[in-house]
Amino acid sequence: TSNQNTSVMDKNGAPAGGSGLFHVNNGQTPSRFHGPVVVAANGGANSSSYDGMHHLHRGEDTECNGSPAKRCRLRRRTESVRRHRPPFPWFGMDIGGTLVKLVYFEPVDITAEEEQEEVENLKSIRRYLTSNVAYGKTGVRDVHLELRNMTMCGRTGNLHFIRFPTQAMPRFIQMGRDKNFSSLHTTLCATGGGAYKFENEFRMMADLELLKLDELDCLIRGLLFVDRMGFNGHPECYYFQNPSDTQSCVKKPCTLDNPFPMLLVNIGSGVSILAVYSENNYKRVTGTSLGGGTFLGLCCLLTGCETFEEALEMASKGDSTNVDKLVKDIYGGDYERFGLQGSAVASSFGHMMSKEKRDSISKEDLARATLVTITNNIGSIARMCAVNERIERVVFVGNFLRINTVSTKLLAYAMDFWSKGQLRALFLEHEGYFGAVGALMELLKPTDDL
Amino acid sequence: MAECVGVDSNTSGHSMDKSITLPPDEIFRNLENAKRFAIDIGGSLTKLAYYSTVQHKVAKVRSFDTTAKAPNDKLYEISVQEEVTARLHFIKFENAYIETCLDFIKDHLVNTETKVIKATGGGAHKFKELIEKKLGLNVDKEDEMTCLIKGCNFVLKNIPHEAFVYARHADSEFRFQTANPDIFPYLLVNIGSGVSIVKVESEDQFERIGGSSIGGGTFWGLGALLTKTKRFDELLQLASKGQHTNVDMLVKDIYGGSYGCLGLTGDLIASSFGKSATADKEFSKEDMAKSLLHMISNDIGQLACLYAKLHNLSRVYFGGFFIRGHPVTMHTITYSINFFTKGEVQALFLRHEGYLGAIGAFLKGAEEDNPNQYSWGENYAGSSGLMSVSPDMNPMQRARSGTFDMLEMDRLERQLVNLPLLQDPSSYIPDTVDLTEDALARDYWLYCFEDALDGVVKRAVASQPDIPEAVVRAEKFRQKYRHKLLTLRHQPFAYGSLTVRSLLDTREHCLNEFNFPDPYSKIKQRENDMALKHYQRTVESLDALSWEDRQFALVSGVLAGNVFDWGAKAVSDVLESDPGFGFEQCALFFVDNSGVDIILGVMPFVRELLSRGTEVVLASNSGPALNDVTNGELQILTERIAAMDPVLQAGLQEDRLTLVQSGSSSPCLDLSRLDKVLAMVVRERQTDLVIIEGMGRAIHTNYYATLSCESLKMAVIKNSWLADRLGGKLFSVVFKYEVPLGKVHHNGATLMLS
Repeated sequence: TSNQNTSVMDKNGAPAGGSGLFHVNNGQTPSRFHGPVVVAANGGANSSSYDGMHHLHRGEDTECNGSPAKRCRLRRRTESVRRHRPPFPWFGMDIGGTLVKLVYFEPVDITAEEEQEEVENLKSIRRYLTSNVAYGKTGVRDVHLELRNMTMCGRTGNLHFIRFPTQAMPRFIQMGRDKNFSSLHTTLCATGGGAYKFENEFRMMADLELLKLDELDCLIRGLLFVDRMGFNGHPECYYFQNPSDTQSCVKKPCTLDNPFPMLLVNIGSGVSILAVYSENNYKRVTGTSLGGGTFLGLCCLLTGCETFEEALEMASKGDSTNVDKLVKDIYGGDYERFGLQGSAVASSFGHMMSKEKRDSISKEDLARATLVTITNNIGSIARMCAVNERIERVVFVGNFLRINTVSTKLLAYAMDFWSKGQLRALFLEHEGYFGAVGALMELLKPTDDL
Repeated sequence: MAECVGVDSNTSGHSMDKSITLPPDEIFRNLENAKRFAIDIGGSLTKLAYYSTVQHKVAKVRSFDTTAKAPNDKLYEISVQEEVTARLHFIKFENAYIETCLDFIKDHLVNTETKVIKATGGGAHKFKELIEKKLGLNVDKEDEMTCLIKGCNFVLKNIPHEAFVYARHADSEFRFQTANPDIFPYLLVNIGSGVSIVKVESEDQFERIGGSSIGGGTFWGLGALLTKTKRFDELLQLASKGQHTNVDMLVKDIYGGSYGCLGLTGDLIASSFGKSATADKEFSKEDMAKSLLHMISNDIGQLACLYAKLHNLSRVYFGGFFIRGHPVTMHTITYSINFFTKGEVQALFLRHEGYLGAIGAFLKGAEEDNPNQYSWGENYAGSSGLMSVSPDMNPMQRARSGTFDMLEMDRLERQLVNLPLLQDPSSYIPDTVDLTEDALARDYWLYCFEDALDGVVKRAVASQPDIPEAVVRAEKFRQKYRHKLLTLRHQPFAYGSLTVRSLLDTREHCLNEFNFPDPYSKIKQRENDMALKHYQRTVESLDALSWEDRQFALVSGVLAGNVFDWGAKAVSDVLESDPGFGFEQCALFFVDNSGVDIILGVMPFVRELLSRGTEVVLASNSGPALNDVTNGELQILTERIAAMDPVLQAGLQEDRLTLVQSGSSSPCLDLSRLDKVLAMVVRERQTDLVIIEGMGRAIHTNYYATLSCESLKMAVIKNSWLADRLGGKLFSVVFKYEVPLGKVHHNGATLMLS
């Protein structure tokens, strides 16, 4: 969405910065919850809940041997968690302009007793989701992104990442009705614009009440969570070493140990750019309407392709310099007066002003030029924002970057080159799923009612 | 990352058109003496610049030898002389005509010693050989950006009302900016095929701080692919008819409404072309073109804002072929800038944006003539004005119409500067009523000028009784001026804000163009003769009056020598309300008419001031305008009066009475463009009173001008409509005495009496 917003948001009123990266819940649990939910914390009572969860996963029970009183409180809380844990299934959903992102927590620690008690409905959902990698014509499970054997809310399980086009939303809601989803008494936590747009359909068609969540809150919360969790023992984050050299440019893992401040560039259908100072303290700096939707929309019009995958496939084979006019096409070489390299793009699609060139161009070239144009533009705006906000770390996320190394490398190069090495572009493996993860976390949000 | 100005010209798809014949009277004027050529060849338009000298008839006055009393006892003789003035010509035409134009120039170029033509623009290299072959001149290429900036500085400095804000749905689409004497620093966003963002800090200092590859070429290239429409103008036409919401994904398409907590309204574009990511739907050309236009304009606007913010600049000018006077793109860019800066930065456009490169290239070539040390003025008679070609005209028709757009700038004999006594030069607006904004007033004045045209033509013919072809010239003048009035009726913004002053000045320019340098010269001469005969008697009778009566009589005398039954007490009350009045160090007096006004009105007033010990600087026009007294005439008149009046004689001898020229040839007065010498004298003499006299100078202009010293504005309202507007009657008298805030206990007073 193209807009500028400079107001600093701090929804929970938590102080910016500070040692706790994850907020300590202050009792603002929405009333629509079926009961108080507390996440297991095996750490000291003072440590924040998600931190504890994180530690549990890594087996780092360093704070476990506290005082008897502490241990007692801990035991009480664990019991409380069990009692107030939301019923399965656990979903988090992000309904964007183009894609719906769904995360599903599959418990793997189900006891025989539980298995027996589990209603057939729930079982079938679990089996359907986990035994397939494709759903209907357009639903896909990104198996390679699955987070295995993680613990959430005291339960161990696998986190699955599923996506399908927003256009299929009516069918999805229909399915929810057919499977009698509402009988499961679960809360469907949803974010993204679609949470608002489809709220009524969910209610009317499937008797489901959505818990609507702000997409930027969810994005940041989910991102920080997944980064802390790691990617099945590997870092979630990566960057490109030697971004300016196509030969030696390599992907390198890294950690977001001290992530703030960061400029977060979320490239979905459109682009939002946030300056993030802490989990709860961020502002939307600006946005642009030239995003992933523009790339795909233009590609469809220009090449007749139908999917993002098709468009990217074509782009990977094309040459944008047949379409774009470069500095050297105009000046014969570098434009030294202004330090512009001859290889820089002077005018995107500039060659297409000529009929002869229009007639001789391939679809692949057009797809590549569209990709390069959109990517460079995002890079350019992000860089200006980083300079204006005085932030050196620029994190790019969003589904536009999925299977899109052309863009990630180009962004890495653009950040490095135009800032003369001052800015670093960072990327995350779960590109477009953080909003959905953030929504799931809202479902599992701890409360303080002990 | 972007090309500077032009587009590669092979894209325009024009073929050479040799079939047109050029009207030599109207374009490429004064080619015979042309020297110093420059050419800027863009993607579709060529801009040619040359410097030429223009021979004009000017009326000169010369004093008769006073010792040998002339039998006809006239004061002075009038002679019409040829004067040579310098003029810059700029002509803009479609590239298709370039060959015809070069041939034409070759045929008409007579005495030039020029060997070189300066060239800039993307098409310069393509036409290099053609130009060299046709004209026999060496093409010397100049850097586009340097030319552009030079040209931009030149127009911002020399053309008042050059920059404007565009507001499509306002009463007047164009809101012209008052010329700020301090033009630096500013940001120039040039949208050619790509975008260059340049920060300009001084005459010679500028830096390309950024750019974007998404520019006019992207609109054109991508638009051509999407809509199969070849021409840029046609694409814009398509866009102006389209609905972008059919192609773009809006916030409400995603949210079902607005995204409230971020303040994003539902109608905002969330994703450009976001709805076209489907194979099942057809999209109309118009809708796609519109979506593309929005996408590109918003993107450029956003980047411009980011750079303006980073460099803390608030003046942002937009130019390049993407803008070039197209209302659609000016509107979308303006919208985008408003949106991204929340109204803090205004998008500014330039009236002569299309000429910047050519002007700059010309200036590069003319550096040895040092054109920047002169002041230049737009010649309204020879310039086409903004939107000389209606943008609504079908692009195909327009290409065939052979329209030539022109700009002519006269080198002014005097360098013009601000009056040092202006309270705030950056907010000074000379004109009292902006006719661009005020439709009622516009209709009235346009009617008035049209109505008066017959009289002016008659007067012009009468002023040259011995020249039979004067009738023909006068008729040409009539056609020219009538055409200007007609243009201004439809395009009041053509030459900046339309004002009574600009209407008067345009008329003077047109008269000059057809060699009617001073239609009033004989009338003025006669009236001066007559009035002079009464001078001594007038002075004597004034001297016989009491102080109070004399002050009143003096003021009434100034008011065109008419006798009014007006409240004498009121005037003296005003004068006496400030005990300091009449004890000024030095008074600057902008005078008005010849004859009774200057001789029996102003001179006795001056005499009174001198005898009180106040120095007087009399400022009169440099050149003729209506029956206004010129500096040349006033010199002779003053000498004559001094010969019979010891007070004035002493004043002249002791250098307490000084005559200066205003630098203007207008019946109105622009205090921001005055002769440099005048400004110097004003400063040296520590002038602390400014008197402005007459309708043109004190009512049509400067009625609201605030000065840093005491000021007195006096005029008789000789126009019933205006009298009505100002709340008085015909022949009301305006007597406006103002003291700057903080200088004295009260704020002056305005009298309007019938």
